[in-house]
Amino acid sequence: MNFAQFAENFLQALSAGLLTGAVYGLMCVGLSLIFGVMRVINFAQGDFMMLGMYVAFYAFGLFGANLAFGAALAPYVAALIAGPVIFVAGLVVHKLLVSRVSGIRGSALESEGHYAQLILTLGIALIVQNGGLWVFGSAPVSITTPLSSSAWEVGPLHGDLVSIFVNQGQTVAAAIAVLAVLAFVLVMSRSRLGKSLRAAADNPEAAIYMGIDVDKAHRLAFAFGVAITAIGGGLLASSYPFQPYVGLEYVIVMYAGVVLGGLGSVAGAFFGGLTIGLVQQLSTLVLPNQLQNTAIFVVFLVIVLLRPQGLFGRAARRT
Amino acid sequence: MSPAGRKLPGPGFAILLFGIAYAVATAFVSNSYYQLIMTVVPVWAVMGLAWNLLSGYSGLVSFGHAAFFGLGAYFVALAQIHWGLTPWIGIPLAGVLGGIAGLVVGLPTFRLRGHYFALAMLAYPLALLYVFEWLGYQELTLPMQRETPILAMQFADHRVHAFIALGLMLSAMGLTSRLERARFGLSLVAIKQDEAAAEAAGIDTLRWKLKAIVLSGALAGVVGGFYAVVLLVVTPPAVFGMLVSAQALIVAMFGGVGTVWGPVIGAVVLVPLSEILHARLGNVIPGIQGVVYGIAIVAVILMAPEGVFWRVKDLLLRRGSKQTLTPDGPAAAKTPIADRPERADGKPVLQLRNVSKAFGGLKAVQDVSFEVANGEILGIIGPNGAGKTTLFNLLNGFIAPDQGEVRFEGRNIVGEKPYRICASGIGRTFQVVRPFRRMTVEQNVVVGAFVHSASDSEAQVIARAALVEVGLEAHARRLAGGLTNKELRLLELARALAGKPKLLLLDETLAGLGGGDVEEVIAVVRKLAAKGITIVIIEHTMPAMVRLVDRFIVLDHGAVLATGLPTEITRNPAVIDAYLGKRWRTEGA
Repeated sequence: MNFAQFAENFLQALSAGLLTGAVYGLMCVGLSLIFGVMRVINFAQGDFMMLGMYVAFYAFGLFGANLAFGAALAPYVAALIAGPVIFVAGLVVHKLLVSRVSGIRGSALESEGHYAQLILTLGIALIVQNGGLWVFGSAPVSITTPLSSSAWEVGPLHGDLVSIFVNQGQTVAAAIAVLAVLAFVLVMSRSRLGKSLRAAADNPEAAIYMGIDVDKAHRLAFAFGVAITAIGGGLLASSYPFQPYVGLEYVIVMYAGVVLGGLGSVAGAFFGGLTIGLVQQLSTLVLPNQLQNTAIFVVFLVIVLLRPQGLFGRAARRT
Repeated sequence: MSPAGRKLPGPGFAILLFGIAYAVATAFVSNSYYQLIMTVVPVWAVMGLAWNLLSGYSGLVSFGHAAFFGLGAYFVALAQIHWGLTPWIGIPLAGVLGGIAGLVVGLPTFRLRGHYFALAMLAYPLALLYVFEWLGYQELTLPMQRETPILAMQFADHRVHAFIALGLMLSAMGLTSRLERARFGLSLVAIKQDEAAAEAAGIDTLRWKLKAIVLSGALAGVVGGFYAVVLLVVTPPAVFGMLVSAQALIVAMFGGVGTVWGPVIGAVVLVPLSEILHARLGNVIPGIQGVVYGIAIVAVILMAPEGVFWRVKDLLLRRGSKQTLTPDGPAAAKTPIADRPERADGKPVLQLRNVSKAFGGLKAVQDVSFEVANGEILGIIGPNGAGKTTLFNLLNGFIAPDQGEVRFEGRNIVGEKPYRICASGIGRTFQVVRPFRRMTVEQNVVVGAFVHSASDSEAQVIARAALVEVGLEAHARRLAGGLTNKELRLLELARALAGKPKLLLLDETLAGLGGGDVEEVIAVVRKLAAKGITIVIIEHTMPAMVRLVDRFIVLDHGAVLATGLPTEITRNPAVIDAYLGKRWRTEGA
């Protein structure tokens, strides 16, 4: 392989990595919000993401082509619709299940309920993904739009030798993901809601004394967290086919990103997710396609073993 | 540790009875589908027992036991396809492979705790899943061997498989019930309850965790290999998939963790339920098995987090609540205090030279040097935050100093692990007591005794003696979680004592005790000193300290402010300003 060929492949993988990574980053922000506020490891996060994908899929199917702003943007509107729908699902799941082993009630349990939370959310994941098999069927589906099959050509660069193609659909998805992260950061830093969430995260007990309803803050954090990840899922749905078991792979992708960014740090989570997207796409330069996910798992293992506080994060205990 | 005097039929007897009943039931099953279920139930019971050996006892929850199961399954299948190796040899080798995989996985992963450990374990089977797909093993079919069916474990009568599975299950149960009552089980449970305290009590925590994961991986490898022979088809999702790890975890947690019966109960209830529902409704509801397991584990977590076994046992026995309490034995305070032996040589047993430790910008311990003479009682006092407990953590190996050296009996112990330091003769107690709350008083002390005993029975004897020494022998069978503060302090003393220390580090052993209790604990400390144990004690209760110790060291802001006899220290103006306060001057003068 000559240099120009390699450069082209590399730049192609780099751009694909950045675009996928931006969406991963959004998904990681959702997971990180839940961990940051509630200290709960949500194993079912990938399955809420899967639900988001299907919500986007059905929303697109229902009215996608009829939207005034055209079929091209409809998948992205559908992805955003996944947000509020999964938000409600998150509220219900927290109220009925998660709240019983976390927050104030969790602190009464062994090791502050961490194991109970992990295993409870594992159970939720099993129910959602296998229930999904029943409701949605096992055949992979995807959302097809004109954008997801067209690309901008960048180049030719370096004389006439190198030119890369940037998928238009992925670019729009990545742009929406970045905007969503910025909007989220703004909400967290400016609004009353954001402040109360951060207070509940910093010191739940003090927050209670300050009149903050920590249980409600946790419920909102959980619902926002799964909703944000679901939007990320909806954005991915227009470029990758998916089936009900897809969540499991992304749970590792998300945790890899979140741990890389330092558990609990929102900005870290976004850049962690971005890095994982890059790793995944760049790994295709040296590894066969089927081993993309293996590459992510190996990176994840290396990160937790060597730098559990994350590359960007503050020091945290490995407990 | 069954109660002395009452001869109950051992757990082996119950396991045998259960095995006979299961075998008889199997013999009467003629429908080949139900024969398969009779085979699969023990398979998942063994998988649950494998998971339980590591996660149930040590508390390190594994989400990745499919890695060992899948390696075993693929090994047996590939060995039979490519080398014609009979499963009769292949399955034991799959166990060896599973054990090696356990070691390879455990060595790096045991650096992690809590949910990091669980998530990291999840990554192994999923990574392997893609690797085996990439290798082109999407679907392996074991060849039918019509000439030598028995050699290939291919029986016309499927009940033979069920009997082999039953044999595996009974062996796994026997192994577990032997191990759980021995050093293996107690050490792991101690790790589960308080890893740092276990390490300080002389338990080599990494070694025990590795032993557990090797055994656990071997068991999972064996049963994975057997599963391949039963189903004849091996695919990556079927053996490395999430549901495999989840099923192992769920049958164990549903039935009850940390007991030999838990995984068996879980498998006997859940496996037939999900299989039969799958057979009846599988066409309509394809994911029904996963949903059953999901609902089962959610229900268990919400209603009986320790599993069915413990819940039922609680209901039957009201576990732990009706412990008959005999009145206190001869209180330690009443025993006459022996004279201290003359300090034979006054040679220093512990020497610190220029020891420093900083946490970020905070200099917790700065350039501390002192010696402790053999047989001495040394008191360490100083205001809160003076670095007293940090000093103890440096001495027993919880943290390593940034610089300086710590010599114990002339040997530099800096950088040694806590269990090694404990074994070499430094015992300690904690400022906030750290008993193993869900173990009995006696078991707590037995854990401390393992470090210097070759056999479990020897550990029992040492533990008994230590309990008598502190006057807790009447409470031996109580759960540590139910003790009073004084009893907990004495329990920690006994646990440290069981490790046959030459030097005891006592961290605020008198904290929170009332007047009479203080006297009682002090009497025990004196008694230990009388036996020649060197003691370093951190304490705030000055009147008691003045009477107890031979010499004081005063720490302030991490540095040594003064050293001297009690009479000198209590009159030292710098000490009064920094620590004792002006009232001391007026009252003491």
